[in-house]
Amino acid sequence: MSDVLTVSKSRRNVEALLLVIALGVAISANLIVGLDKENPLDSAFWTQSGILAALALAFHIVLRFRAKYADPVILPIVIALNGIGLAMIYRIDLANDTTVAESQFLWTSVAMAASIAVLLVFKDHRMLRRFTYISLIASAVLLLLPLSPLGLEINGARIWINVGFGTFQPGEIAKITLAIFFAGYLSTNRDLILLAGKKVGPLQLPRFKDLAPMVVAWLVSIGVLIFQRDLGSSVLFFGLFMVMIYVATSRISWVLIGLLMIAAGGFAAIQLFSHVSLRIDSWINAFDPDVFNRQAGSSFQVVQGLFGLANGGLFGTGLGEGRPDLVIYANSDMIIAALGEELGLIGLFGIIMLFVLLVSRGIRTALGTRDGFGKLLACGLSFTIALQCFVVMGGVTRLIPLTGLTTPFMSAGGSSLLANWIIVAILLLISESARRPAVTGPMKDSFPDRQDFRAGNLTSGSKEVSA
Amino acid sequence: MNQAIRSSWLVALAMFTLVLGALTFVQFFEAEALADNDWNNRSLLQDFGKNRGSILVDGRAIAESVPSDDEFNYQRVYNEPNLYAHLTGFYSLANGATQLESVMADELSGASDDLFYDRIVQLFSGAQVKGASVELTIDPEIQQLAWDLIPDGQQGSIVVMEPGTGNVLAMVSKPSYDPNLLAGHDTGVVMENLEELSSVPGLSPYFNPATQSLVAPGSVFKLVVAAAALESGDFDADSEIPNPAVLDLPGTDAGLPNFINGGCAARATADLEFALEQSCNTPFAQIAWELGEETVLEQAQDFGFGEKFFVPVEVAASQFPAELSQPALAQSAIGQFDVRVTPLQMAMVNAAIANDGVLMKPNLVKALRAPDLERISASEPEVLRESMSADSANQLTEWMVNVVNNGTARAAAIPGVEVAGKTGTAEVSGQGDNAWFTGFAPADDPQVVVSIVMQNVDIATGAQLTSPSARQLIEAVLNK
Repeated sequence: MSDVLTVSKSRRNVEALLLVIALGVAISANLIVGLDKENPLDSAFWTQSGILAALALAFHIVLRFRAKYADPVILPIVIALNGIGLAMIYRIDLANDTTVAESQFLWTSVAMAASIAVLLVFKDHRMLRRFTYISLIASAVLLLLPLSPLGLEINGARIWINVGFGTFQPGEIAKITLAIFFAGYLSTNRDLILLAGKKVGPLQLPRFKDLAPMVVAWLVSIGVLIFQRDLGSSVLFFGLFMVMIYVATSRISWVLIGLLMIAAGGFAAIQLFSHVSLRIDSWINAFDPDVFNRQAGSSFQVVQGLFGLANGGLFGTGLGEGRPDLVIYANSDMIIAALGEELGLIGLFGIIMLFVLLVSRGIRTALGTRDGFGKLLACGLSFTIALQCFVVMGGVTRLIPLTGLTTPFMSAGGSSLLANWIIVAILLLISESARRPAVTGPMKDSFPDRQDFRAGNLTSGSKEVSA
Repeated sequence: MNQAIRSSWLVALAMFTLVLGALTFVQFFEAEALADNDWNNRSLLQDFGKNRGSILVDGRAIAESVPSDDEFNYQRVYNEPNLYAHLTGFYSLANGATQLESVMADELSGASDDLFYDRIVQLFSGAQVKGASVELTIDPEIQQLAWDLIPDGQQGSIVVMEPGTGNVLAMVSKPSYDPNLLAGHDTGVVMENLEELSSVPGLSPYFNPATQSLVAPGSVFKLVVAAAALESGDFDADSEIPNPAVLDLPGTDAGLPNFINGGCAARATADLEFALEQSCNTPFAQIAWELGEETVLEQAQDFGFGEKFFVPVEVAASQFPAELSQPALAQSAIGQFDVRVTPLQMAMVNAAIANDGVLMKPNLVKALRAPDLERISASEPEVLRESMSADSANQLTEWMVNVVNNGTARAAAIPGVEVAGKTGTAEVSGQGDNAWFTGFAPADDPQVVVSIVMQNVDIATGAQLTSPSARQLIEAVLNK
């Protein structure tokens, strides 16, 4: 795994330059959106722009001191995405006379602060490995919270909890804790899992007892689908598990088993639960008048989203010139439709390219880092961002059934922002270790990767610690 | 592990590629179809923020957009609302647009290709985009006269047009409504108004009776059968047809009678001139039997039956039924049974007869004017089809003049002008009759075609409201 060469340069100045560009995009988008107001350059505009710039600067400075070699592209991309999202949410606020942008801005600040805190607390991502099993317990608690008396049911899905001043989706955080658990568990046990098992044709089948993580993955995904009635999160969790198991084992057979299991579970869900079959029906028959006009499981939302996208066409109507407010949840689940309407296909291509770059940098980090835990974590988290984009954007464009997921960094929603900014911090931490000049061995304050040493003689994994 | 990570990356890239493909499909290839979807009210909502062009009659705006203080910037206003409601239709936020407001939407909103140059100029000058104005062929005096000739509370339509050009001079229907009630920006109020209007008997704000209502034509349909008879070559001015007071309808107990108080009883056999003059039913039923259903249907189609067209507002297809039994064919020949026509269709039949058998396409729009009132395009008369030979048309005209001079349409006669005409009374089960007059003048050089139908009336009232009204309308047009 030392076949990926990384030039050990800090590149913090590149980051600073890119940040200026990203802030320029974000702040001008916000300005354009407010142009119709009586005073677009009001104090709120200056406060928000100032705080966003200050937070970005603070983040940058922390990176200079704490993670000097961290990837220089990730932070500017995320600032740009978050800023464009804020502008669009504010734009829809102006149309609907709401104040979602204010709380989104607050959450952005909180999320960035939390992300900075992660960078300050954890010097090295391998410290997270200590929390492998704690993460499992935390995940279970987080996933069960919405089912407790604290939980809230909104639009049929029970994925929120009441935290006094607002609502929170614990599942977003569970994404991270589950990724940590799987990374820890699989990096520790992968060699054992890999060696045992029968070979049937080209497929190396796993031993039955090694299927445990698969079963956990399946239970969590199906559980979320059944008890929380949240198809999107269910798909997301399962995709996360699959990619991590695949990366850990490099065995297609595992992925096939996983897909078979989820296909069975999904098929049963379609048969048993109306919310799933309605989603499927409103996807396939979106333009059927009965489906469009019905009360429950109507295709109204997705069709309105398509109208919005079509209205934008190639070049978009321009910020503030379209009618994205006609789409329900235009500032959260359907923000891609809103962006597509006003920025056009070209604008969305740009946004999606930012996501592609972000995911690619995350994957690059996974390739470049030397430890299995870091590889699994970076790859799993990056892939989750890609999968989340696919599920939500595919849903909006009617490529797949629409599920209620946020577009990372863009949609209104505090929990999603918080979780994704923490993911950014983790990716930056891992990239720091991937790109740092390789003079250090295992860190003093982290557990030595004993299992890896032991199994290292047998597999190529040995190089990740010796490199 | 790295190989698997790379594979994961490829999967991620594939997912993004799929999304980009789907977006391209929706935003580029399907964009137009989605924009045209009936459920899509975006273009309407966007249009509301625009300075829409006016609809003009003789230079005066009957529909225009005036600045408003609300979020839409402009409010659509209808001047003389009731008089022109069925032509303009309405332009509503909640319920879409209808009639001219709908079919001329591209021109009025400025999206039409004809306005490309203006849009470019407006783009660079920074001026508000303004749509084109649509100038109608309507003559405001004739329109007003036609309006006055339908008593309030009476359901009916009048169409006046030029046979040589197809230009519509007047198109009026009652009951009418005030489109301003439906053009407001307060959706709640508009919905209430719509509900109230929808409860008026005989009125639908969505529909122009002159072009979209299908009514039984009664004896005016005999013009079509007479045309078919002449065109077939089997009948001419000398043909004598038996004219019994009651015609036995084979296979039924019923008979088809001539009008009991009419002049038909004077002759035991009738030629076509007499049969038209007195509107005798039994000869026409027998002509239809002789010609057969197909021949009558083909002639009706030559006049435009069975075809939906746009003038540019939508005109419903008039109907001649198919697969008729002998009794049904006899009934159909006199415009009963399932024969249904629009008032405009009967004007077209007469226009074709008046215009030597050549049917011109009816037309409501004279010209498009750019925001600076410069004419962008003017409409040209367009031949729709050859409905019949000139000889047959002239023969039929002669007989129709006789109807006005000596027959059932005497009240339409004008001293010094040869008027050609035909009356009709259609019995509609469950309500009063439809009274018709259709005709044109002057017979030797037709300038004006009139089609009048009064619905749900008794025979005496119907007679009063048709032929005498036609005379006034013809006089008004000829005196211009």
